[in-house]
Amino acid sequence: MSERGWTLGTEQLTDLARGAALLGTGGGGDPYIGRLMVEAAIAEYGPITVISPDELADDEFVISTAMMGAPSVMVEKIPKGDEAVRALRALERHLGRSADATIPMECGGINSMIPLVVAAVTGLPVVDADGMGRAFPELQMETFGVYGIPASPMVVAGDHDEWVLIDCGADNSRVEWLARGACIRMGGAALIAEYPMTGADVKRTAIPGTLSLGVELGAAIRQARAGHRDPVAALRERLGGSIYRQLRVLHEGKVTDVERRVVDGFTRGTVRITGFNKPGDAARAGDLVISFQNENVIALREGQLLAVVPDLICVLEADSAEPITSETLRYGQRVRVIGISTPDLMRTPEALAVFGPRCFGLDRDFTPLEQLHPTAD
Amino acid sequence: MRIGIDVGGTNTDAVLLNGNTVVAAVKAATSEDVTSGIVTALGQLRQQHDFAPDHIDAVMIGTTHFINALVEASRLAPTAALRLGLPATAALPPLVGWPERLVQAINGRGFLAHGGHEFDGREISPLDPDEIRRIAGEMAAAGVTSVAVSSVFSPVNSDFERAAAEILTAELGDDVPISLSHQIGRIGLLERENATIINAALRHLAEGIVTGLSASIAGEGIAAPLFLSQNDGTLMDVEFARRYPVATFASGPTNSMRGAAVLSGETTCAVVDVGGTTSDVGVLTAGFPREATVEVSVAGVRTNFRMPDVLSVGIGGGSRVRGHDGRAPTVGPDSVGYRLTQQARVFGGDELTATDLAVAAGRADIGDRSQVAGLEKSFVTAVLDRISTDVADAVDRMRMSDEPLPVVAVGGGSILLPDEFPGLGPVLRPENFSVANAIGAAIAQVGGEVDRVFAIAPGQRDAVVDEARQDAVDRAVAAGADPRTVSIVDFDEVPIPYLPGNATRIRCKAVGDLQIDRADTRALAGNGPGVGGGVGR
Repeated sequence: MSERGWTLGTEQLTDLARGAALLGTGGGGDPYIGRLMVEAAIAEYGPITVISPDELADDEFVISTAMMGAPSVMVEKIPKGDEAVRALRALERHLGRSADATIPMECGGINSMIPLVVAAVTGLPVVDADGMGRAFPELQMETFGVYGIPASPMVVAGDHDEWVLIDCGADNSRVEWLARGACIRMGGAALIAEYPMTGADVKRTAIPGTLSLGVELGAAIRQARAGHRDPVAALRERLGGSIYRQLRVLHEGKVTDVERRVVDGFTRGTVRITGFNKPGDAARAGDLVISFQNENVIALREGQLLAVVPDLICVLEADSAEPITSETLRYGQRVRVIGISTPDLMRTPEALAVFGPRCFGLDRDFTPLEQLHPTAD
Repeated sequence: MRIGIDVGGTNTDAVLLNGNTVVAAVKAATSEDVTSGIVTALGQLRQQHDFAPDHIDAVMIGTTHFINALVEASRLAPTAALRLGLPATAALPPLVGWPERLVQAINGRGFLAHGGHEFDGREISPLDPDEIRRIAGEMAAAGVTSVAVSSVFSPVNSDFERAAAEILTAELGDDVPISLSHQIGRIGLLERENATIINAALRHLAEGIVTGLSASIAGEGIAAPLFLSQNDGTLMDVEFARRYPVATFASGPTNSMRGAAVLSGETTCAVVDVGGTTSDVGVLTAGFPREATVEVSVAGVRTNFRMPDVLSVGIGGGSRVRGHDGRAPTVGPDSVGYRLTQQARVFGGDELTATDLAVAAGRADIGDRSQVAGLEKSFVTAVLDRISTDVADAVDRMRMSDEPLPVVAVGGGSILLPDEFPGLGPVLRPENFSVANAIGAAIAQVGGEVDRVFAIAPGQRDAVVDEARQDAVDRAVAAGADPRTVSIVDFDEVPIPYLPGNATRIRCKAVGDLQIDRADTRALAGNGPGVGGGVGR
């Protein structure tokens, strides 16, 4: 085997967990449980090889692995442990072809970690890229699918040594619909293998570099804290050189209400953040309300649009900039809310047709963050 | 009048308070059995200002005894953790991520069994009584004396935890206490389970300590109710403390910060509490301790308590000092602890402690100064500089910006600190600074809690939430809180999807200051220094 890629060890996982929680934009599930699973897998099977999309041969075969379900279920019902690998193996058997690598479908939250568990256990390399560039609540919301890759055939595996194979041809929304049903029957959280594709497909459709970006964003927060610099400024600096480019501070305040429920297999709800009303900062006075469906979807202050999906809306602890996920939001937390612009590949008409505001039941078009806030704060 | 007592690792402090006025304040050494130290402190308090036992309205005790036991990994019971959830959750068994040293200290054993619920109320698998009995047999054979039980989604459905506890008690006997996770934590299996295991490991210690505390107060003829401080700065009765020692965990820092706020009049500041073994640095923002957010580790174990954000460094009054012959001196992290008054040089002992150095430098006049007269001046300076640098560094790490932050020093060991931290500014030392913890305990708040399943009709959520909040406020007031000071400190909403009518478990806690005593203040005028202002929250 040719030497390619770089080695990911346990020491980078803390940074990755923090960076992935940020890119999770409120959802994606708390990476902590995933991190413990990767640590256990590395301890048993050794470190993980990460390769860039460019290092894939065009005809190599790649299968995406992930966890699906409601984040508030994932923090309570931990996996049995072998589900993701069983899903991958079942899909390989069905297709009669072995995977040469696995790839995250989602770089935010716990799904930054699940492919690493699979990589450690199977010895397959993991590709430094993903299909969401953040976290999204539904399986069809993938750049893979936006640019022509079918999600199916795919496998959903549960904790009772069970798995379900779904094949809907090219209809990725139908895949989501059926897989969600299986996931709910399996207890609201399940492991999946999906979007089987070639190395050429990955290079054409994936958001590149998001695994290493997660590690770097986590490190930027850690280093800024150690050096008494503003972690948000450090994030802005790191994102400035990336395909994400823009960061805006939207609001600062205290969490005064959280409404959250599990509906149709998702954690849905709203959070109200009452502004600190700092003198001379009238722009941040008033209440900011964020609606979430696993991930933060839209931020409005007194009815005024501040940011909307697919741009990232992230709630951070006010001082330390530790990302706070929607299931750990609590009354009384002091927070800063930031917006991050998504890469261009996620803002095309084809992409917005799959994960733009209207796909979340909002009656409005996408407005880019940098258009809502022309100048950096 | 109220008595506040703080039982630390080294000192037992007691204060007699009339309203917010400190009438008497004393410091005694903590005894190994805890209680005789309290008896000594109460005796001294009486000498300073005699009081009739029936004039005492309440006694409040704050103690770091339980968290110290965990941090030191000593006095812990051999503990088993049983989790109900198979075949799910096997990827990360109980005690995952715990420091090895602590697992050994509790002789920790994790067991996985069938049971648990899905989010929608279905069973993951049925509870298997034979499996639980077999595990109970293994626990008994291993010498387990305390058990923690967790079950997946038990905050929504606690049936399996209760059923397993019954079987375990039948098999292991009444002497093995069972701690149930749904009574201790919220959604988040690992964090809730960890807190439950910690609680279980402390149950036998709590039994002994709580009995001793009650006896020492009763021994003084005081019939007033006895309370312990909880993590959130509110009070709990002794029966509750017996079953939930883990609820005392963060009371030390909370008490010291609230005491410091009252004493100094500063509401936004860093508070450095220098005890016998450690210096704990916290930050008050607008009178509230800054809360640790996402990840709260206690002795290396991840939990989901609401705790103040505190950074501890191993420097205190009892810290051992080493280094001579031109080598750089070291201070701590080991400490002579409660043996300070026997082992420190100024008290005639052989150990060189940080307190000896403070006396040698003339910062304090404690014990026999001549015992440290022979220390070289350059050595004394070097040691105190080391302490100053390390503590200042901890304060600096707690600052989240370069904006200046006043530093308030409290605790008996704060004599170790200089009058000014280089680069940070002056160190404020309010009157009675050495007993801030005991004052914080005495002014602890009273709470009212609602934990109930509400049916929420469509569009009625706001009304239901208001009802729950008002109910919590009313209960706090009924418990003795001053209505003008009551506020909601915790609100948690867990939907229960399988019950009809949009059933939701709401937990809401309101707290407020205890109404100021009715005692006649004129008779006490001029006794002891006044304490300024109201309570800081």
